[in-house]
Amino acid sequence: MRSNVVLETRSLSMHFGGVVAVDRVDFSLRENELRCLIGPNGAGKSTFFKCLTAQLRPTAGDVVIRDFNVTGSESHQVARMGIGIKTQVPNVFDGLDVEENIWLSASQSASAKRARVITSEVVERLELGEVRKSQLGSLAHGQRQLVELGMVLAGEPWLVILDEPTAGMTQDEVARTADVIREINQSATMIVVEHDMQFIRMIAQKVTVFHQGQILVEGNMDEISSDHRVREVYLGHRKSS
Amino acid sequence: MNRSRETKALISIGIIGLVILFGAPHSLDLFSVISLTTAVSLAILALSLGLIWGFGGILCFGQTAFFGIGAYAYAIAALNFGGSTGAILAALIVAAASAALLGYFMFYGRLSDVYLAVITLTVTLILYSVIRRTSGPEYKIGIAKLGGFNGINVPPINYPWDATQFLYPEHVFYVAMVALLLAYFLCVWVTKSHFGRVSVSIRENELRSELLGYDVRLYKLCMFTIGGAIAGLAGIMFANSIGRITPDVFNLYNAALAIIWVIIGGRGTLIGPVLGALVLFYMTSFLGQQSVVNINLFLGLVLIVFVLVVPKGIVPSLIQLWDQRRSRRMTARSAKKMRRRGRSRVKEAPVEE
Amino acid sequence: MDLFAALVLQIIYGIANLVLISIGLAVIFGMMRVINLAHGEFLMLGGYSVVVATNNGVNIWVAMFILAPLIVGLIGLIVEWCLIRFLYGRMVDTLLATWGLSLFFIGLITTIFGAQTATTIAPPFGAITIGEYSSSGYELFLICIAVLMIILVYLLLRYTKLGLVARGTMQGADMAASLGVSTQRVYSTTFGIGAALTGLAGGLLAPITGILPTSGAIYIGKAFITVISGGTAILAGTASASVLLGAINGIVAFVIGPTMGEVALLLLAIVLLRLMPQGITGRFFKRSL
Repeated sequence: MRSNVVLETRSLSMHFGGVVAVDRVDFSLRENELRCLIGPNGAGKSTFFKCLTAQLRPTAGDVVIRDFNVTGSESHQVARMGIGIKTQVPNVFDGLDVEENIWLSASQSASAKRARVITSEVVERLELGEVRKSQLGSLAHGQRQLVELGMVLAGEPWLVILDEPTAGMTQDEVARTADVIREINQSATMIVVEHDMQFIRMIAQKVTVFHQGQILVEGNMDEISSDHRVREVYLGHRKSS
Repeated sequence: MNRSRETKALISIGIIGLVILFGAPHSLDLFSVISLTTAVSLAILALSLGLIWGFGGILCFGQTAFFGIGAYAYAIAALNFGGSTGAILAALIVAAASAALLGYFMFYGRLSDVYLAVITLTVTLILYSVIRRTSGPEYKIGIAKLGGFNGINVPPINYPWDATQFLYPEHVFYVAMVALLLAYFLCVWVTKSHFGRVSVSIRENELRSELLGYDVRLYKLCMFTIGGAIAGLAGIMFANSIGRITPDVFNLYNAALAIIWVIIGGRGTLIGPVLGALVLFYMTSFLGQQSVVNINLFLGLVLIVFVLVVPKGIVPSLIQLWDQRRSRRMTARSAKKMRRRGRSRVKEAPVEE
Repeated sequence: MDLFAALVLQIIYGIANLVLISIGLAVIFGMMRVINLAHGEFLMLGGYSVVVATNNGVNIWVAMFILAPLIVGLIGLIVEWCLIRFLYGRMVDTLLATWGLSLFFIGLITTIFGAQTATTIAPPFGAITIGEYSSSGYELFLICIAVLMIILVYLLLRYTKLGLVARGTMQGADMAASLGVSTQRVYSTTFGIGAALTGLAGGLLAPITGILPTSGAIYIGKAFITVISGGTAILAGTASASVLLGAINGIVAFVIGPTMGEVALLLLAIVLLRLMPQGITGRFFKRSL
């Protein structure tokens, strides 16, 4: 059981001045899981995400990935461990075209020849062929999210952490993303931070609910939806659809 | 710009460069050749800033610091070694090392754009004010006196490893022009390399580059060091073209000029800053001769106008205009074709009620 | 003992000097995050106002305390109206445009007054003696003025309506706007006040240094370093940075020489920024003015 844990946090805390955004969180993730992190705004999900990806240095506690204590590392060191990261606001290279964006990701760890191969594969897989030479800045929001997903894939990661991958997407794009995510999960472990409950239902296995910087409850989708604490805090008093 | 068009442009630049290299000494008088040598050395400085700013996104207001360090290091080394060959190498190393040292503090401290600009400007200004005050005979490195605001007389450059054979001014021009061509194509190669492409991505979005696994601080440091070395090379050529090096190389006016060359010529291209430097060199020499309006006034207005109105610079704006005209001509042509086809179809089809 | 007193006075004057040349820039930077590269020229213009006016018969105190701030404050308002306001949020472009402005002013003044020193004027106070050593009475005067300036800005920010509105806009411009504050007007006024403070400082410093069109360049390096090292809290930042940098500058200048003092200042600033990239008040005294 223990050897299967690929990522865990031990008493992870993040304080901003007087505000406690993440409060002594113990979190653990097993290989090949697809874990969803949900919670209302301000629950601390994004801050937790940033601690995992070393964008923030935790005030206390540890982040351990595959038995390496990565607390206090730089983001690029974490990424280099084979972790694909997609941020809440799309962070892409606006002035460059789709192919270049994806290539830059592929070429970080792969040889020049292999990088070109990976790039074409990813472009095809995400059906971005038509826009491959288009500048990112000229694409719609949903497409930019898709390209960013492609960049994540091009790094051939074993662990993928996504923060709101479907924000601003059309129904079609959301469905496509759900497919892609399920596909990715066949070879990689995943954490998906999300708001869109419909989307969560499409992909969720185990769900972790955040509230006020702590983990409120964990379980599968049914358990979560029927938990009254979750309803109060996140879904409101309405019955879940 | 697509591949073949770019290759054609590079070849043209190479050819023009070679024409100037071999043609200038034969068709211009000596004074013009020496002038051109100075202009060429300034163009190399512009190139260095064009590389690190346009491609690396590093806003350095004090590129003249490495320019001046290169020039001074060359003069001091040449006087001490008694010959220029080792001095050139020494000066390049000193310039690169200074850039690396300053770069380390700035990039590993993750200083933002704006702070970087101000710190680098301050560095060049401090060099100016410090070296100006080194007039006394006690200020020297080896046998070379720093000379304060009077500066150092630069020993003439000699043939490699033979300190008795000095180069004539035309030959100094050859060296400078070759240096420019080599530096230019080196920069082109850097921008096309993986390193260069990653640097561009860092310019576009630092966070994303970092999250892809690139050590942004290291890339910037390397880029800045390369820029510093090229600026140092420019300084060496400059020292040789003028024959004397004074602390004025570090001053505010020259630091501003470097930025103006890149802004006017075109940030994001390499040839733009080179052309900007050449054009402005002759323009400021010409304008500097009249005494009605002080040249700073003119330069200041030019900078303001460009920042507000033509932020891309001349070369990219021209390319954009050219592209727009081409696509308009192409749409006009295809529209013509469609109209012709439409007309012939109308002739064939019977008119229906 | 006397030497010690004279030395301490020198160091305190160095700190006061930094405060004087930086406070105008700090006001503008603290409010709008604008780094005005023409700041040195505002100092220079203040100096020219005083020198030209005094040489034409105007009383020196009137020239220093009324004319210089008024003239430069007005110039500041014009600059904000014609140039700065188009570039809010574009920090790099603001830097570049204000650099162009700086060159423009240098060129303008050189064209009008020529590149030589406008005749210097004598400091209005003579030397004072501390035991065996004589120090400049004028420097003591400037120390007092620097302290007064800090108090003035503090009172302005803390107790006036303008100050309250300014602080609100600094903390959150959108919030202030939704409460009916014209942020544009706040910015213009702030820029004008910052310019006026700078003009005042430039005028006060005129008797000490000869005024050239290029005098501004001497100041900008130090002023920027002080403001950036200080961080965004106007008073706490300027004060803390001035004390630290001024002290090191003074001590090194005394031990080695004035030039090395400047180098030490820059080196200390680089180290400070490496450790505290947001400036001193990014780490300490966070909520202060």
